[in-house]
Amino acid sequence: MNPICWVPQDAAALSVGADEVAAALAAAGAEVRRNGSRGLLWAEPLVEVETDPGRVGFAQVTPLDVRPVLAADTGHPKCIGVVDDHPWLTGQLRVSFARVGVIEPTSLSSYAEHGGWAGLRRALSMSPEQVVEEVVASGLRGRGGAGFPAGVKWRTVAGTQADQKFVCCNFDEGDSGTFADRMIVEGDPFTLLEGMTIAGYAVGATEGYVYVRSEYPHAVATLRRAIDLAYTQGFLGPDVLGSGVRLDLHVRVGAGAYLCGEESSMLDSLEGKRGEVRAKPPIPAISGLFGQPTLVNNVLTLCAVPAIVAAGGASYAELGRGRSLGTQVFQLAGNVARGGIVELPFGVTLRELVEDWGGGTRSGRPVRAVQVGGPLGAYVPPHQFDTPLDYEEFAGIGAMVGHGGVVVFDDTVDMARMARFAFEFCGEESCGKCTPCRIGSARGVDVMDEVLAGRNVDANLILLDDLCETMTKGSLCAMGGLTPMPVRSALRHWPEDFAQLAERTSRQGAPKGTGARRGGAKHQGAQ
Amino acid sequence: MVRKPPTADVGARVDVVRAIAAARLEDRGPLMPVLHDVMAEFGYIDHADVVAIADVLNLSVADVHGVVSFYKDFRTAPAPAHIVALCRGEACQSVGAEALYAAARYAAAAGDYGPDTEVEQVFCFGNCALGPSGTIDGRLVGRLDPDRLSALTQEWRS
Repeated sequence: MNPICWVPQDAAALSVGADEVAAALAAAGAEVRRNGSRGLLWAEPLVEVETDPGRVGFAQVTPLDVRPVLAADTGHPKCIGVVDDHPWLTGQLRVSFARVGVIEPTSLSSYAEHGGWAGLRRALSMSPEQVVEEVVASGLRGRGGAGFPAGVKWRTVAGTQADQKFVCCNFDEGDSGTFADRMIVEGDPFTLLEGMTIAGYAVGATEGYVYVRSEYPHAVATLRRAIDLAYTQGFLGPDVLGSGVRLDLHVRVGAGAYLCGEESSMLDSLEGKRGEVRAKPPIPAISGLFGQPTLVNNVLTLCAVPAIVAAGGASYAELGRGRSLGTQVFQLAGNVARGGIVELPFGVTLRELVEDWGGGTRSGRPVRAVQVGGPLGAYVPPHQFDTPLDYEEFAGIGAMVGHGGVVVFDDTVDMARMARFAFEFCGEESCGKCTPCRIGSARGVDVMDEVLAGRNVDANLILLDDLCETMTKGSLCAMGGLTPMPVRSALRHWPEDFAQLAERTSRQGAPKGTGARRGGAKHQGAQ
Repeated sequence: MVRKPPTADVGARVDVVRAIAAARLEDRGPLMPVLHDVMAEFGYIDHADVVAIADVLNLSVADVHGVVSFYKDFRTAPAPAHIVALCRGEACQSVGAEALYAAARYAAAAGDYGPDTEVEQVFCFGNCALGPSGTIDGRLVGRLDPDRLSALTQEWRS
């Protein structure tokens, strides 16, 4: 019998040669099945071969490794044993990511065998109000970054009367260091469809849109195929599972605008307009897409819903701590030895994530900073790594959990350059509607260039603080409003990087990037 | 990324664009999908296309132009023969993306990637654990460095 091999078709695995490995295995006689990624991105391409004890994994496989893989040679240096028993996975608690990497992404039978549709079936046996209350009871908060209680949003949409309501999934995952939305859609797309169908039923929406960024072509293809399949089997359409409930789902692709991850600009983009942020109120739950009540949730929020409804909101609320309940899908990225997906209840510390799961930096140098929550999140220094990951705890140290992205930097990072980059990014991606963001980002780059050049540093830092204050308080949305967060955290924790040039260059034994190097090539941009 | 050469006959192109727009008239908010369809068909959106789309969808030319100019993906002139897009997001920066981007811009200007290659910046491909990341004519590649980039673009030089 031909051995059965699993080779991920996740975009990350493809980026390091998974297709070439799949072709080599097929040519050597294996029955190749394609799954999502198990989330051990450091091990990609991670190939699994089926054996009696379970699926045995091989890390960083190349086409040259075909023979030991086919023989399931557990003595081979690339073999990591039975993947389900790997400590990187057994230490996690996978609720939303339970099926990702395990099943064939667009196999309806595989999805059903692994517990799929249980949430939808239970939801349809309840009243819409009961479904909303399950979500309220779960304590689920918006996983897109803002952390707004999902149940409250659902109640608002459900309680607003209208002829037409919409459910929209925000899949414009533009934050650097985040990839969980992409991986769950590429690895287990029916979970999103199930979550959206439950949401549509609960709030009374009959039409749904998934807004995907154009940088994710693989996810778009997987999602479109999953939607087509779901229609053929009656999981979507005019009569979902014979219940009389209607939900039509459409996929819409963005066109390279980070700001469309902000919910109101996403709605404008869906309407065929420039993706500019809307002033609130009215909130989208009352007047959203085409002016109708609209439920807008992030991919991970909607993907948590099937498990919540299937097992009951109370059991989900037993996980986590304080007002941060359930699990968070952390994404370990950047200069980290073992990057990937770590799903755990809230309350895990940054140190555990970076050191235990991540294994420190990829470069082997000491960790200097970790940016949590995307480009608008704070840089956290090592002395704060024992802070539990929890929305309120992180707010308490001037940081945010955001979408759960954790980007590691080693000691070569220049925090003043990162502060400048925060403004540069804001300038690139600002929609231009409000002045603090549009003008403030450009002024921020100017001021940081002065600081980096060592000109009037003290006066410029006062100006910088003023600018940050204006942007924080005066911007219409989080783009301008939170850009000061990484800037101020960098200045607060690494003031030496912002010091007078003379001080910086004279410091002895300073880490690379904060001292002499700055006198050289880095000045080109500033002059 | 397969690009089709611009249609020689402008009138024929406008007819195709009008048909593309008309096919989406039943959709809600059809402008973005229509623009994507035109991009897929012709590789860029010409001003004549903007006028035609506005007419079919009953929008003002200014509205359509405003949308085309807002989004980075919508080109208004034919694309170069090859595109290297490199991520400059923080996660990729932590593993050397800035140096890679600078080196690639320099190499492209020097003709190292062939006569008609553009190096552009992108903020995040969602491949943040395997950076630096980029796409080479649309194909996602991780763990990039200047040498690997040079090897992957070798055939463009001949």
